[in-house]
Amino acid sequence: MAILPPTSSSLSKDSSYSFSLHIQSSTIFGSKLKSGEFQQTRFRLFSNSNSYPGLTIKASRESLGLTQELKSNKLERVVETEDGSDLFEDMKHRFLSFKKHKYLENLEHYQNLAKGQAPKFLVIGCADSRVCPSTILGFQPGEAFMVRNIANLVPPFESGPSETNAALEFSVNSLEVKNILVVGHSCCGGIRALMSMNDEIDKSFIQSWVVNGKDARLWTKAAASKLSFDQQCKHCEKESVNRSLLNLLTYPWIEEKVKKGILSVHGGYYDFVDCTFEKWTLDYKEDNLKEKNGRISVKSHILWS
Amino acid sequence: MASQLAIHRLNKFLSEKEDLDEVAAAKIDKLIAELQTPGDHFDPVQTIVNGFMDFKIHKFDKYPCLFDKLALGQSPKFLVFACSDSRVSPSIILNFKPGEAFMVRNIANLVPTFSQLRYSGTGAIIEYAVTQLKVENILVIGHSKCGGIQRLMEHPEDGSVPFDFIDDWVKIAQDAKDKVKAEGGGHEACAREAVNVSLENLLTYPYVHKEVSERKIALRGGYYDFVNGVFELWEKHESHISPPMIIPPPQLKM
Repeated sequence: MAILPPTSSSLSKDSSYSFSLHIQSSTIFGSKLKSGEFQQTRFRLFSNSNSYPGLTIKASRESLGLTQELKSNKLERVVETEDGSDLFEDMKHRFLSFKKHKYLENLEHYQNLAKGQAPKFLVIGCADSRVCPSTILGFQPGEAFMVRNIANLVPPFESGPSETNAALEFSVNSLEVKNILVVGHSCCGGIRALMSMNDEIDKSFIQSWVVNGKDARLWTKAAASKLSFDQQCKHCEKESVNRSLLNLLTYPWIEEKVKKGILSVHGGYYDFVDCTFEKWTLDYKEDNLKEKNGRISVKSHILWS
Repeated sequence: MASQLAIHRLNKFLSEKEDLDEVAAAKIDKLIAELQTPGDHFDPVQTIVNGFMDFKIHKFDKYPCLFDKLALGQSPKFLVFACSDSRVSPSIILNFKPGEAFMVRNIANLVPTFSQLRYSGTGAIIEYAVTQLKVENILVIGHSKCGGIQRLMEHPEDGSVPFDFIDDWVKIAQDAKDKVKAEGGGHEACAREAVNVSLENLLTYPYVHKEVSERKIALRGGYYDFVNGVFELWEKHESHISPPMIIPPPQLKM
């Protein structure tokens, strides 16, 4: 694991976005744990609130199974590693910082959002830790309904209920978003797994999921066979975005809205090696979609670098 | 893009030019304000452009050390399940920075039980995060006013027409609904209980169960109440769930 020491160049002076790298000694033990070494745990009562002045541990007001029944009247001693309490402390600071610098400074806006959301975007992105659309595209609370899955794939309508299409249905039919943006990215592990797949009978979960991108793989193998594997993966990353855009149109309630011009569908590609963003918009022409492996027609294709 | 760059360069000019006269400085300030004021017409492309350029100028280009390392690979400590709701991005409310959290966003932040026949999307994420990325923490975050939980609680009793996909999905938390209704609780109670159902379901994935029992992965639940600006955090152990930490604590008015 990369452990990054804070350097003066990486510390932000901008208090509204603190980018200081918060390194705790527990991370070093964390990496040791991974290699199989045993770390001595510290026994401590979880209810010890000495490290949180003014904080008393409270059970939720609504007793709904958040605390399991204790076997006796005494509080059980709970084994806690040092990592656990440091992490709670870290989460506490993060949330308090958000509350102070963002929530309270825009209280009226957050109070309005609490009444209801009306995002203009549905964004489908990859679960990759480096490509959060809130970070790279600056979506603020209320702006984008977000789906994140492996390799930002959209399975077609005929594949049946899935995590992704439940979110599609809610955002398009209930929230009535006006734009769908599918964002692919460089060095995608999911696309790499797709490109590396053999036709095995026993598929892992990863393979069972990324096979939703099989048309992109077929096209890439046909069109880019002379390129290196890495270059083929890059082509496939972009092509799978296009396939996902086509799969979006297999949902009748999406195609209908695109046809009427009240829903726009866009593709995007974030390259985090050289920090560029490419964006294009689906140019809906009914004819194009009748070809089985037809290329999609796009407009407004832009690259920012 | 043009306006973002222009704002950046004008600000830089203002800070560097010490002998700028008041009239000129006021004109530049006015120009910056005009460039920053959004027009009445919403332009989705311009929104994306502005967002990316802001990220590139203020973050990517400012921290080459971090981003060069991330370009080579990721090793996040967290796998986070959060709702797709536009108001609850963990990157914003918990300030997860690039590289820190492998993140799933789905309706009502649900984790279905292990099944080799369906929901391979969730299975793929858990499999990748646990066996390849070797995350140390899994955090499931619920929230107030969740549309998915509302649907679960109200349908089919409200007699509405079923959705194609949503109803099938939110049924994952059926146990939470049954428990909460039996106890006379409402939607917010169900949202919290659904987090616990998801945490239980995580343990049905063999590799999760193994890592948790070997103390290599910690399972935690969270609840973001955006009505009151409060975050709750608790830990799921094999035999019990810890009482939640309330942030900020109720007696410290913030």
